Amino acid sequence: MAFNLTVNGQSHKVEASPDTPLLWVLRDHIQLTGTKFGCGIAQCGACTVHLDGKPVRSCVMPLQAIAGMEVVTIEGLQSSEGKAVQTAWEELAVAQCGYCQSGQIMAAAALLADNGEPGDDDIDAAMSGNICRCCTYQRVRNGIKAASKNMHSTLAKSDAIS
Amino acid sequence: MQSVKSPEMHKPGLSRRDFIKKTLKLGTGLTLAVSLPSVSESFSGEAFSSASAAESSINAFLSIGLDSSVKVIIKHIDFGQGTFTGLATILAEELDAAWDQVVCESAPSDTNRYANLFFGAQMTGGSTAIANSYTQMREAGASARHMLIDAAAAKWELPREQITVKQGILSHPNGLTATFGELSQLAALQPVPGEVTLKDTSNFSLIGKTNLSRKDLGKSDGTAIFTQDFKMKGLLTALVAHPPRFGAKVASFDGERALGLHGVREIIEIPSGVAVLADSFWSAKNGRDALDIEWDTSWAMEEGSVELMRRYKEAAKEEGTIAKAIGDNSTGFSEAKVVLEAEYEFPFLAHASMEPMNCVAQFSSEGIEMWYGCQGPTMDQYAVANALDIRPDQVKINTLFAGGSFGRRANKDSDFVLEAALIAKKTKSDSPIKLVWTREDDMRSGYFRPMYFHKMRAGLNGEGRIVAWEHKIVGQSIITGTAFEAKAFKNGVDSSSVEGAVELPYDFENASVQLKTMKSQVPVLWWRSVGSSHTAHAVETFMDQLSLEAGLDPLEFRLMHLGGDPRFAEVLNLVADKADWNNDRSDGRIKGIAVHKSFGTYVAQVADMEETEAGKYRVRKVVCAVDCGLVINPDIVQAQMEGASAMACLQL
Ligand code: FES
Ligand code: FES
Repeated sequence: MAFNLTVNGQSHKVEASPDTPLLWVLRDHIQLTGTKFGCGIAQCGACTVHLDGKPVRSCVMPLQAIAGMEVVTIEGLQSSEGKAVQTAWEELAVAQCGYCQSGQIMAAAALLADNGEPGDDDIDAAMSGNICRCCTYQRVRNGIKAASKNMHSTLAKSDAIS
Repeated sequence: MQSVKSPEMHKPGLSRRDFIKKTLKLGTGLTLAVSLPSVSESFSGEAFSSASAAESSINAFLSIGLDSSVKVIIKHIDFGQGTFTGLATILAEELDAAWDQVVCESAPSDTNRYANLFFGAQMTGGSTAIANSYTQMREAGASARHMLIDAAAAKWELPREQITVKQGILSHPNGLTATFGELSQLAALQPVPGEVTLKDTSNFSLIGKTNLSRKDLGKSDGTAIFTQDFKMKGLLTALVAHPPRFGAKVASFDGERALGLHGVREIIEIPSGVAVLADSFWSAKNGRDALDIEWDTSWAMEEGSVELMRRYKEAAKEEGTIAKAIGDNSTGFSEAKVVLEAEYEFPFLAHASMEPMNCVAQFSSEGIEMWYGCQGPTMDQYAVANALDIRPDQVKINTLFAGGSFGRRANKDSDFVLEAALIAKKTKSDSPIKLVWTREDDMRSGYFRPMYFHKMRAGLNGEGRIVAWEHKIVGQSIITGTAFEAKAFKNGVDSSSVEGAVELPYDFENASVQLKTMKSQVPVLWWRSVGSSHTAHAVETFMDQLSLEAGLDPLEFRLMHLGGDPRFAEVLNLVADKADWNNDRSDGRIKGIAVHKSFGTYVAQVADMEETEAGKYRVRKVVCAVDCGLVINPDIVQAQMEGASAMACLQL
């Protein structure tokens, strides 16, 4: 069957069975491999993407349920929160093996879009579904705080200019 | 922090003669001619196929681009432990390159050039990546620097002694300067120096620096390529239906229904199960689900963990094989004022790396080419060659980033690699195949850290000093039943089962360590820190219980039992100081201290905990003191300690 969906601002027509999870549509059909396969059963967060702006586990999101919706993957992350998170991740060298980090970054960007100044408990609540086997949790938390701080100082700066 | 123990373990892939030959070539008498092949040699090998026309290969570890990019060839896989950054730092230090001109690339499979100098085989493990490469990478950098200076001297017709290199620029006092790129082609033609002078360590400007950017790029924007992401034209995805129990085999199967599904191309039986090849993961998975397989369970494992542990506990009542014996425990125990006993149970542990096992392979009349997160190229080359009946040099392995390993990808049986190789050979299509294990495959496949039972007994005298120490370890050997067995067993003891229990920080007058090696059908393997993953916990927990019994502070108790090596006391005192050990027990906080040495690194830790509800604890903070010798990149050591400390908490 053919489905239409928008990924990173581009529309795609995908020929696949309706139960194909978005994760495999992205990886095998649209050839976007930044979104990772870790478990396939919504237990690890490696496959996190934004669906109409909300973080979802793409591995359990059947194609038929999302036709016509807007998908943003790590490759198309353009929001100011997303950029701030990526910058902080590089500055703090958060990644070890890196395999979970697309998911961590997508989850962190969604958190910051929702709550610009998350505390430890907010971070724990939003990020607890994103497993990192290398256990970079401490840097993930520091990365989110650094991104939040940078966003605010950038905001303050642009306020001052205007 | 990887987990392969002794050099002996890596021999089976090689015939004995090969091994001796390689050891002779790559052993301690290493010469530049071996580690740094001459230019003509460099260009003859396929190993350098990646060097484009715009690049000049200077030696086995370095090519320089016309754009002055310094490409460092990394012989150890990077799965998060930092080999790209670390090894490049060492080479760039001696080359006097600017850090931002450095890029990294994984070395191809080539034991002659890229062997781990401690093992004589190309292999990452046993916390050796930096240690075995340190001098080699320095020499590679210094040699290339020498050749660049020779090139500048030739070009400028000036004496080489007057030319200096700094931050990737060569210059002469008369004002002449040149970039690496301008000299790269000429440098590649210079003779390889027989001997090079290495920097005085006090002049290091990259080694030991905290804020160097990482070289394992693309991990914050999804562009890093892992095996799962590797694309090739016509690539088919292969999923394998594995037996439901260890030891079971395929009796018969019906693939009709699977073959009728959209995208499913082929069904192939291999020794470890039934493979379904399809156009995409989802089709392959649906195909696998639709297989009708009859399993022959006549040899399948019957016991579960509970029965196994019961058997281990029974075995602990018997005498074991002596792994260590000092003094006379019976005298010790008879003099003791108090005798304490303890038992510790350790479960099987899956490595559970974030990226499940996978491997891309293409078979042709030339041989086989493979792309994956390869931890032991030599071992895998020999295993694949053996299985496919081709020569090891017909197995070409390209190493990609791996989403973690913790020892799993250096599999003594090359398990998932062989699956991929066999499928690639057996498929009727010409297509390359990508074997993908699901999370369930990965967790159930075994090769776990073995389950262990520890039984301990110690006697304290009137002053609270340990006068007798008895430690019995019961569990499977990771070596038994493999080709390594004959070599890795010393006096009936698999040293990797008892490491961390035999060489203790403590100096006991009377001590014995015994091992009962058990058998089961569960495939077992080295797992991050190997023996220490259980022995350190048992020893240090028992030390705590003893200190409590002796009425002494756990830090004091450890300090008073330390042997002659001062580095244990140093890390203990440092951690106690930084964690404010002697004070700060406010708000019901609980603190625990431990010290251990594993793979040459001394670590002491203080865990700061609280009881959240009766019997439940939360670790609030862990303070680590680490002495791993010369530190190449302090931030990576820190990252490893952060990750390892959290991972250890998860395994309790
Ligand atoms: S792959 Fe989707 S949550 Fe793990
Ligand atoms: S960085 Fe390796 S799993 Fe998160």
